[in-house]
Amino acid sequence: MDKVMSNKKIIALYILPALLFIIAIVYVPIILTGYYGLHKWNGIGAMEFIGLENYAALLKDQTFWSSAWHSLLLAIFSTLSLVIYLVVALVLSSRIKGSNLLRKIYLIPMLLSSVAIAQLWLKIYHPTNGILNSFLASLGITNTPEWLANPDVVLYALFIPILWQYAGFYILIYYAALKNIPKSLEEAATIDGANAFQIAYKIKLPLAMEVVKVTIVLALVGSLKYFDLIYVMTNGGPNGASEVMASYMYRIAFKSYDFGYGSAVGFFLLIICLVVTWIVRKLTANKDQTQYS
Amino acid sequence: MQRTVPIDNKKIGNTSKGMRKLGYLLLYLVLAAVAAFQIFPLVWLLLFSLKNNQEVFNLPPLALPSSPKWENYSKVWNAGNIDVYFFNSVWITIVSTVLTILVASLVTFAITRMKWKGSSFVLGLFMVAMMIPVHSTLIPLFNMFSKLNLINHPLSLIASYVAFNMPITIMILLGFYYALPKEVEEAAVIDGCSVNKIFFRITLPMTSSVLATTGIINMIYNWNEFIFVNTFINSDQYKTLTVGVQNFIGQYTTDWGAIGATLMISILPILIAFIFLSDKIVEGIAAGSVKG
Repeated sequence: MDKVMSNKKIIALYILPALLFIIAIVYVPIILTGYYGLHKWNGIGAMEFIGLENYAALLKDQTFWSSAWHSLLLAIFSTLSLVIYLVVALVLSSRIKGSNLLRKIYLIPMLLSSVAIAQLWLKIYHPTNGILNSFLASLGITNTPEWLANPDVVLYALFIPILWQYAGFYILIYYAALKNIPKSLEEAATIDGANAFQIAYKIKLPLAMEVVKVTIVLALVGSLKYFDLIYVMTNGGPNGASEVMASYMYRIAFKSYDFGYGSAVGFFLLIICLVVTWIVRKLTANKDQTQYS
Repeated sequence: MQRTVPIDNKKIGNTSKGMRKLGYLLLYLVLAAVAAFQIFPLVWLLLFSLKNNQEVFNLPPLALPSSPKWENYSKVWNAGNIDVYFFNSVWITIVSTVLTILVASLVTFAITRMKWKGSSFVLGLFMVAMMIPVHSTLIPLFNMFSKLNLINHPLSLIASYVAFNMPITIMILLGFYYALPKEVEEAAVIDGCSVNKIFFRITLPMTSSVLATTGIINMIYNWNEFIFVNTFINSDQYKTLTVGVQNFIGQYTTDWGAIGATLMISILPILIAFIFLSDKIVEGIAAGSVKG
């Protein structure tokens, strides 16, 4: 058995295709991004080495920091909304009839393409014929803002479809985790006289904490690198009011063709995502230790 | 003491029964409201895809059109290359999905079944890749594909889809492989089966249900992918639906019915897949995220 299953040639044959893809398409490019970031380069001509100039410029780039702030806001909103999803999942998992159908319905927006969702929400927010303003008008509210053209409103108007898109995803994850908790625990608690709230708070929640940690990382990193809906709906506008890090990077690279500076932004984005992942893992790991000690 | 406790319990049971019913009713209302919020924009989309502009602008948003304007669909299907984009999406999705599943199955088999140093390191490489933003790879990939003459070539898309969907595919497969009993494979080794035979004839068929799960998840992600197509492809010949729809709508900003029909065409395959395969989809999404 061991001899057959440790045949080096066959092992290499089995892992190489996957390794090749992930190294050539993911790992080599992220190293190159860091390297390109050290150059002045328009993507066509020769690369000129300029050291850390791009990164120094990035630290002083107002537009970048405002886009980073927008990404951070999205991250905060996404993470806070996890609480709502967790509550919905707790309710769904407590012997509710039709919970299976409901969580499937919640999931539908996440399965659709961002372009379709973005185009649909452009219509929802349409100033004259959109369903939002039609609805508000029927309530007698007529001085509605132009949701996507007003710099004070646009960012929050964009957060709603983003949250709408992913709500079902997180509810599903929480639901799956809560369903994994052995029924016997809940039954034992009921016999001991615990009510539904106590069961949810004292038994289900602590047991779902591992999954909550994973979703916090997903929500934070997913928000920090978020791109799709914003790119399609406003492309960062009006006047940068809804620009996020990824859309800023894309604009610099593929609209202004500044591949050197764009690479620096891309590399910075990578570092932020990895650092945030690492910090959240660290923080939540520490919490656990104090809980058990 | 032993007598009073059950009586007390019954009392509490009776008073709280009404409360509980009310509570459940309230919960249902909240849950249904969330469901309505999730589904409502899509209902509205379906409705305006069947209206002409006059009906969109003059009727209330949820009113039915006088007669459904199916011609919106036939109009956009033939105009503006939507049919070309649609079939590009179909074949690129299928090829990428099959390739991803095959390559991911091979490496998952090697990680869970074969003995070699560095298997946990290799697994780690795939898991860390999940946290890497696509945007941090775009410029080098664009440069690499230009040098290989793969800009405007579907291979650039297929290679990117396979690489970026590999981690989640491996993750879903891993859970299944770990749970799969090894006895059959061990017996096959004793009978003198080669590793290739074991993998292709025994293990791969045994994983068919999880292959279906990863398959449908991969198809959804590939079908919806936007940023790679938007960056690597600029000829209409190879664009997929996401970017095609985006460009098409850009040209017809005022024809609501046409836009609605285009959007419906682009999401219909997913909705149909969802109706028939929702259990697999739910299972795949849960497995692909929780086990991290």
